Amino acid sequence: METATTPPLVAVQGVSKVYVRGTQRLEVLHHVDLDIPRGDFLALMGPSGSGKTTLLNMIAGLDVPTEGSITVAGTRIDRLSSGELARWRAAHVGFVFQFYNLLPALSALKNVELPLLLTRLSAARRRRSASAALELVGLKDRTAHKPGELSGGQQQRVAIARAIVSDPTLLVCDEPTGDLDRQSAEDVLTLLQRLNREYGKTMIMVTHDPKAAEFAQRTLHLDKGTLVEQTA
Amino acid sequence: MPRLPDSVRTAAAVLLATAMCTALLVEPWVLLVAVVGLGSWLAVSSSGRQALAVTWTGLATLPRRIGAASVVVVGIAGVVGVLVALQAMAEGFRATLNSAGSDQTAIVLRAGANTELSSGLDRTAVRLVTQAPGVLRDAQDVPVASAEVVVVANVPKRSTGTDANVEIRGVGPGVWALRPEVHIVDGRPFTPGRRELIIGTGALRQFSGLEPGNTLQLNNQPWAVVGVFASRDAHESEIWGDAESVASAYRRNAFQSVTLRLTGPEAFERFKAALSADPRLRVDAETTRSYYSKQSEQLTRIIRVLGFGIAVIMAFGAAFGALNTMYAAVAARAREIATLRALGFAGLPVVVAVMLETMLLACVGGLIGAAVAWGVFNGYTVSTLGSNFSQVVFQFRVTPSILVQGLQWALVIGFAGGLLPALRAATLPVTAALRES
Amino acid sequence: MKYLHLLFAALFRKKTRTVLTLLSVTAAFALFGLLDTVRVAFSAPETVSGIDRLIVASRFSIIQPLPYAQLARIGSVPGVKGVTYANWFGGIYQDPKNFFANIAVEPRSYLELYPELVMPAGEREAFLKTRTGAIVGASLAERFGWKVGDKIPLKATIFPHPDGSNLWTFDLVGIYRAGEEALRGIEQQLLFRYDYFDEGRLFGQGTVGWYIVKVSDPDRAEQVAQAIDRLFANSADETKTQGERDFQRSFAKQIGDIGLIVTAIMGAVFFTLLLLTGNTMAQSIRERIPELAVLKTIGFSNPTVLALVLSESVLLLTLGGLCGLVLARLSLPVIRTASGGQLDVAMRPETWLLGLGLMSLIGVAVGLPPAWRAMRLRIVDALAGR
Repeated sequence: METATTPPLVAVQGVSKVYVRGTQRLEVLHHVDLDIPRGDFLALMGPSGSGKTTLLNMIAGLDVPTEGSITVAGTRIDRLSSGELARWRAAHVGFVFQFYNLLPALSALKNVELPLLLTRLSAARRRRSASAALELVGLKDRTAHKPGELSGGQQQRVAIARAIVSDPTLLVCDEPTGDLDRQSAEDVLTLLQRLNREYGKTMIMVTHDPKAAEFAQRTLHLDKGTLVEQTA
Repeated sequence: MPRLPDSVRTAAAVLLATAMCTALLVEPWVLLVAVVGLGSWLAVSSSGRQALAVTWTGLATLPRRIGAASVVVVGIAGVVGVLVALQAMAEGFRATLNSAGSDQTAIVLRAGANTELSSGLDRTAVRLVTQAPGVLRDAQDVPVASAEVVVVANVPKRSTGTDANVEIRGVGPGVWALRPEVHIVDGRPFTPGRRELIIGTGALRQFSGLEPGNTLQLNNQPWAVVGVFASRDAHESEIWGDAESVASAYRRNAFQSVTLRLTGPEAFERFKAALSADPRLRVDAETTRSYYSKQSEQLTRIIRVLGFGIAVIMAFGAAFGALNTMYAAVAARAREIATLRALGFAGLPVVVAVMLETMLLACVGGLIGAAVAWGVFNGYTVSTLGSNFSQVVFQFRVTPSILVQGLQWALVIGFAGGLLPALRAATLPVTAALRES
Repeated sequence: MKYLHLLFAALFRKKTRTVLTLLSVTAAFALFGLLDTVRVAFSAPETVSGIDRLIVASRFSIIQPLPYAQLARIGSVPGVKGVTYANWFGGIYQDPKNFFANIAVEPRSYLELYPELVMPAGEREAFLKTRTGAIVGASLAERFGWKVGDKIPLKATIFPHPDGSNLWTFDLVGIYRAGEEALRGIEQQLLFRYDYFDEGRLFGQGTVGWYIVKVSDPDRAEQVAQAIDRLFANSADETKTQGERDFQRSFAKQIGDIGLIVTAIMGAVFFTLLLLTGNTMAQSIRERIPELAVLKTIGFSNPTVLALVLSESVLLLTLGGLCGLVLARLSLPVIRTASGGQLDVAMRPETWLLGLGLMSLIGVAVGLPPAWRAMRLRIVDALAGR
């Protein structure tokens, strides 16, 4: 439990996002303020078009706000160039997508190793880290399988292993259970919860499923670009 | 009736296709029969009309797939273009040389000499040859014959700027009656006994400095160029002068060949027999047709073989390209095709439709390739080292049969490239394809 | 490279498509290998041997012989280290199709001026001693199955005997090898003795076809050539002296601009190949936009993604291209056997190098547009499927 004097891991201040498509101005986010303390498991909910994925993308360094600032672990990521952002993401963010987005031609192990290719680790070290990550998510005996040979739930767990293999500051999940059946969804959410509680991983999860949000520590709602209510 | 396993059907189809391709390459009439048969099937039978419907929808989506389609078209156009160009080169060379020959004229060389350049006939031999039976005589009872001398001179070639060999033929006074196809097109004929030359139109084009009015140095003596002649055969690559003058310029007192007109093609055997029977003569006689075709044979064969070989390799490349494209096309339209099949379209119309589309693309490619080759190369003049070790000027000749051959190749490549993808389209598991999103 | 398995995975994602594209590339480069070998064969060999030799022929015509009396005068020109002479015989062995060069030479001086004709000392001696002797190159002997001791009959086309017969018989006393791989062509020759030639021919005694001159300083070859031609200027037998290499080249030029024809054909072939592989690469990248977006999300920088796609296309071209060149190389012995030894060419290092260069160039040209696209894609749009 942190005290009021410890700065939050993620500080979102006055962030707005406006898309200009031709002559139309689309304001997706409207002066959003948000603090995420270290070790938090935050669920972001809202109807489609509410801007929750946009907010998530900006915290993860995939997009830049039109207005406002985003500070993650002391770094003003809204001020970084795209090259610096790439490097920053490699070191600080793990991303889990709704449709897993594994490379179908690579085995599970090679998929998990991908983020490590950006480091200077030797091939042997990379393999060991990747195996460890896969063991953590409970897929020790599926390392050689290709995504096509795995079930949806297993693929998502491989994606989670890939997201944590370089020990990122932040784990970002965009509808991680959106494409899974009930049982697999529960397995994945339990795993995410475990990573948060046992390993202290800070997580932000966008979801439209209230049952999934129950696994988080707290939930925030977005509607038409603004935060509306908090449910602890 | 139980279905044969896919592998057997594929193998059978490939075998059938190979047989068809071979037939198509060899006999053009197979193509005609196939087209007529196909056309009537398409128009009349129900599965034929289904095939037409599927083809139609396929062609409608073609603009979207223009990149992939252009691969097939350009690939095949390339093959056909190169094939037509090389065959036209061989054909042009052959035609130029052979047109100088006929069954009515004969050429006599020293025994064992295979070209005029290596031959040698003294005056006695020349007289005996022209007096032999079977030789046509004119109104003054003079044999229609020309005793000729052939030498080679160095003249700069226009295209390279460096010296190349040009053939100088010293002809006898009887040459005008002997070769009526030769006309003076500029200037005047040379005067016998003088150091004067007339230039063939081909030689004029290929070499620099041979215009009438110029002087050509032969063995360090100046000869005046007084005229230009045309003959529409290999002689256009030559320079002509009076035989006696040319011989003395090169310090010779003999000729190299005698060309003469026979009373008729049937007189040749009699003529040849008379020459062999004469113990004073050691000569070889041939009709000019046989002589010139032998001269052209080797080079023509080399160009033809090379052209064929190159085209075969290119055809493989184009076929792989077509296969790739059509596989991709089938994959892209998997849902479409599966829907049609779910609706009740049978397998065969789908196969035929994919084949038709491929063959149409191939046809377009073939026509483009042939048209480009024809436009760029037909009539293109080149010269190379020919008989008598000198430059022979000839033109590429794109004949209808070469164009047809090019189209045949295009269709065969299209066929080969379309078959397996067509089979794949027809055997797609329908439900799986419909589920794909 | 640690990214290599990524490249291979990307290429072989769609096995059939990649294999077919590879085969097209192989076909194109097999053709290139063969045609470029022909083109190089028609340009004179790039070796050092022969740069100190000049050919002296009649200025007027290749068929005009030169008088023997010129030999001594040429030998006394300053800068001339050695002179020999030869004559084209043009005989036929059994069938005109079995064409090969047969030349009458002065044995001792010719062998001195052509040290690249390598043969055992015993056979060399035999050639110098046997009047009816002849020597042939190893490939020629192999082509017709000749062994030392065989009698070789040639039918003359230019030089009959005084009695009118055309049959000349030679005793094969030696078989030589070319001193260098690049000069293998000289093995397709039969050389026999000038004294035997002069005695046996009906006309032309006292003349030679051409002289070969060895200069002591190759850098002054031009001056020596001019000096020789000045000797005989304005005489009845004017000469034209040029370097042996230029002399050979001028023949190749007369056959035609082989280089131009080869370049034109390969231009058409590579244009088609560009289109084909360009299409394949574009298609492949289009399908993998989401995957590339994921790579960027993970933190792969823009230049890295550009490099990955470019490497993929260069790898594709190089794999297929090398297979094609190897195929061309392997088919050369087959062509040699099939043509009865007439088409005996070797693939030179410059063909391999040129091929590799083209593979890289085409790989980059083909890969650049999709690589640029991949580099510039916006992660957010790509992930959202836009």
